[in-house]
Amino acid sequence: MSRYLWPLGLFLVLVGFLAVGLGLDPREVPSPLINKPAPAFKAPTLHEAGKVIAKQDLAGKVWILNVWASWCGACRDEHPILVEFAKRSQVPIYGLNYKDQRADGLGWLQKMGNPYVESVFDADGRIGIDYGVYGVPETFIIDGAGVIRYKHIGPITPESLRTKIEPVLRQLHG
Amino acid sequence: MIPELGHFLLIVALAVALIQGVLPLWGAQKGRADWMVLARPMAWLQALLVVAAFACLMASFIRHDFSVLYVASNSNSALPLAYRIAGVWGGHEGSLLLWMLMLNVWSVAVASFSSRLPLPFIARILGVLGLVAAGFLLFMLATSNPFDRLIPAAADGRDLNPLLQDPGMVAHPPMLYMGYVGFSVAYAFAVAALLGGNLDAAWARWTRPWTTAAWIFLTFGIGLGSWWAYNELGWGGWWFWDPVENASFMPWLAGTALIHSLAVTEKRGGFKVWTVLLALLAFSLSLLGTFLVRSGVLSSVHAFATDPRRGLFILAFLVLVIGSSLMLFAWRAPKVGLGQRFGLFSRESMLLVNNMMLAVSCGAVLLGTLYPLFVDAMGMGKISVGPPYFDTVFGLLMAPLVLVMGVGVLVRWKHDEAGPLLRRLVLPAVVVLVVALAVGSLAGKVSVVATGGLMMAFWIVSSIWMDLKPRIWPQGSTLGQVPARARLLPRALVGMMVAHLGVAVFAFGVTMVKTYETERDVKMGANDSTEVAGYGFRMLGVRDVPGPNYAAAQATIEVSRGGKVIATLQPEKRIYRVQQNPMTEAAVDTNLLRDLYVSMGERLPTGEWVVRVQIKPFISWIWWGCLVMMFGGFLAMTDRRYRPRKATQAAAAGAVQQGAA
Amino acid sequence: MAKPRLMQALMALLLAACALCAAAKDAAPVAANPQLEARMMALATELRCLVCQNQTIADSHADLAVDLRQQIREMLEKGMSEDQIRSYMTDRYGDFVLYKPPFKPATALLWVGPAILLVCALLALFVVLRRRQALGDDAFDPETPDDVDPHAPAR
Repeated sequence: MSRYLWPLGLFLVLVGFLAVGLGLDPREVPSPLINKPAPAFKAPTLHEAGKVIAKQDLAGKVWILNVWASWCGACRDEHPILVEFAKRSQVPIYGLNYKDQRADGLGWLQKMGNPYVESVFDADGRIGIDYGVYGVPETFIIDGAGVIRYKHIGPITPESLRTKIEPVLRQLHG
Repeated sequence: MIPELGHFLLIVALAVALIQGVLPLWGAQKGRADWMVLARPMAWLQALLVVAAFACLMASFIRHDFSVLYVASNSNSALPLAYRIAGVWGGHEGSLLLWMLMLNVWSVAVASFSSRLPLPFIARILGVLGLVAAGFLLFMLATSNPFDRLIPAAADGRDLNPLLQDPGMVAHPPMLYMGYVGFSVAYAFAVAALLGGNLDAAWARWTRPWTTAAWIFLTFGIGLGSWWAYNELGWGGWWFWDPVENASFMPWLAGTALIHSLAVTEKRGGFKVWTVLLALLAFSLSLLGTFLVRSGVLSSVHAFATDPRRGLFILAFLVLVIGSSLMLFAWRAPKVGLGQRFGLFSRESMLLVNNMMLAVSCGAVLLGTLYPLFVDAMGMGKISVGPPYFDTVFGLLMAPLVLVMGVGVLVRWKHDEAGPLLRRLVLPAVVVLVVALAVGSLAGKVSVVATGGLMMAFWIVSSIWMDLKPRIWPQGSTLGQVPARARLLPRALVGMMVAHLGVAVFAFGVTMVKTYETERDVKMGANDSTEVAGYGFRMLGVRDVPGPNYAAAQATIEVSRGGKVIATLQPEKRIYRVQQNPMTEAAVDTNLLRDLYVSMGERLPTGEWVVRVQIKPFISWIWWGCLVMMFGGFLAMTDRRYRPRKATQAAAAGAVQQGAA
Repeated sequence: MAKPRLMQALMALLLAACALCAAAKDAAPVAANPQLEARMMALATELRCLVCQNQTIADSHADLAVDLRQQIREMLEKGMSEDQIRSYMTDRYGDFVLYKPPFKPATALLWVGPAILLVCALLALFVVLRRRQALGDDAFDPETPDDVDPHAPAR
């Protein structure tokens, strides 16, 4: 009798996995860079083509890197939240203007507000590739030692800000 | 009005399906003939209702009724009529209605062609089909109603996905679903036999033609899908091991094992437990496929728009249908007998090995398809399992299977001697190797994988010949006697040989195209030409061509060989106006020896176009192989012993006594 | 008067003919280095496009796919090996980007599973059939009279 129960048993194990799978998102790609040093970069800023910003300039403090572009629809949704956050928080937000045109990027910031201390101009997307960016917007939290501690995929919502991002920031400061 | 009517018809159909499901099954348990006889009329009634509902949905599409949400999402005022009709099954809700339609087609077929089956048996079969139908109808009405209204009505629809606007795409889902759903008949036969306790050779003989028919449709559906993808998607590939492709392939593998298993159960009464399990498995895999496509659990290009509520419902349905049948199996299987005796080396044991390997292959595909989910669910990260894995693993598993296939058809039933037979096979094996190497070097290069693939194809052919020759051209007979002897061959036997030949044709095509295909990407302006594998391709020009619901840039490319123009190809780059996505329409010149595949890339700033030219040797043999397999199946299922004869009435009388629970 | 005009016309015709001949040229390959391109494409067919997710980087038209193909071209030109390029990709995107799963503890079952399954299945079959040989005739159905196999070839 017992060996005839094998098919049923295996089936129920399969169902267990499928049930768990219903709660997962197969399209979300987690970052392999968590708890690894943030890739170095050295690139011109968006506002001043002659001024160069490098990753080591930001050492010693916790900072946020937000990947955005003027052509990105979802960035439009998250931007007001970033602007509001920048006003009340001590944590500096740096932007990575990904595969954009300078004029478009500047115009967009002028219209939507600028929460960034500085925006890195990544015209060809190489810095984005180094950071494993595959969709815009994405947001990284980087600690004082230059290590990536958290990556948020997709637009930031008030809820994700409250439940995911701010706890990480508190932990890094605390 | 019409959508509301359609909705109402589905609700009534659900009630009828429940009656069809519950009463006959209960009646069979209790021996109540008045409830059992309800099965056939209820099946017919349900079919009528579902057909009418389907007609309502089709009417809404044809009439451009954009007040129906489903129509607004999948159609457009500029969509040609043929694609408006096909649009009925272009999205999740409508495709479910298509499932229902197919289920009813099969149910009505079973109800009509089953006069020789004992009443309790047919009552149980139709009862099970009724319960499955009820489940699907409930799912549709609760979560996926195709007749939901859109208020206010849309001014115009969002258009059918351009990928679906192709003749191949019109035929692919109906044929595929005929296959998927067809295995529900074998499932119902299996459950009915487990419930009634009459699992025997007669049961196998009844089940076999239905299973073969479903298998034929599934082969057609999968082949069509592959052929369509090749012609329509513009990249020249024909199989990607995408989760949904795998979801259709797994029932096919299980179904193939089932057909072979039924052969033994019919002949020797053996493998009963294994056959029943396969019958349950084949349909379970169809249902699993339905779940995978519609739940969002796996990422796939075929996936319908997903909703966790739907996923949960289908999962619950899966647990109910599959779980209950496997419980029934665990309960009843121990009581099933072993059938007749057979030796360790016999056709029966070879068929068992064959089934094992098909099941293992099916299991391997399942493992690869679900593994990313397993890893993610265990919190171990995210991985991808794609063509490099499947091609390697599946290819390696096919080698021993084909080996056994070649040996198995030559082994005697019940008992045979391994030694003499294997000695007879040494020379053919050597010949096959030599021919494979010869073909390889003629084609241009000899590689291990190509030689392996060719050997597989030629091995099958050689074994068919070794089986056929003694029957139609034995020692001492003349060539003139061959046609007469051939006519005497049982149709089922010929069917088997033809189907196996189809596999060889398929294997040959796959091996040749994968090893010897060539491609070149070039920039072409007017009058530019390039040469690939002896064919000259000259671009005559590119012009704008408007279509009914798209705008296209169409190139005209002249193909020549040996200085003579042999074809003019017109690939296109289309932009569909509503959904704004660019589509590559490849132009293909096809014949038995090779396909010339030309597709357009991007337009360069210089005005030239990037053109990709591919030469694919013998690729059409892949789909010809599928057609040959289907023909073999058709021959097998129309063998005389399945057709009504006076002699079987006596058998039916005996079976009634056996079948009454 | 007519003669110089005629000459001009003939010259113009001649020049036009030359231009046409010059225009009907051999189409240039898209890639500057076809061998490198072939290597790039072979590698790209093993990598998953993260944007569309159901195409390879070789086939995808997404911006990221185009960028990554260019990145691979440059890395091959610099002399990096296929393995190094794969590591580059997985460092940034994880194992998800590989269509051929790497062999590690988490994927061991995936790679050896089918082989183990095959061996176990065949072994189990052999054991079961062997055991059945030892059973008495009463465990089986009686051989039916129509046991003359019409399928057996005349030997």
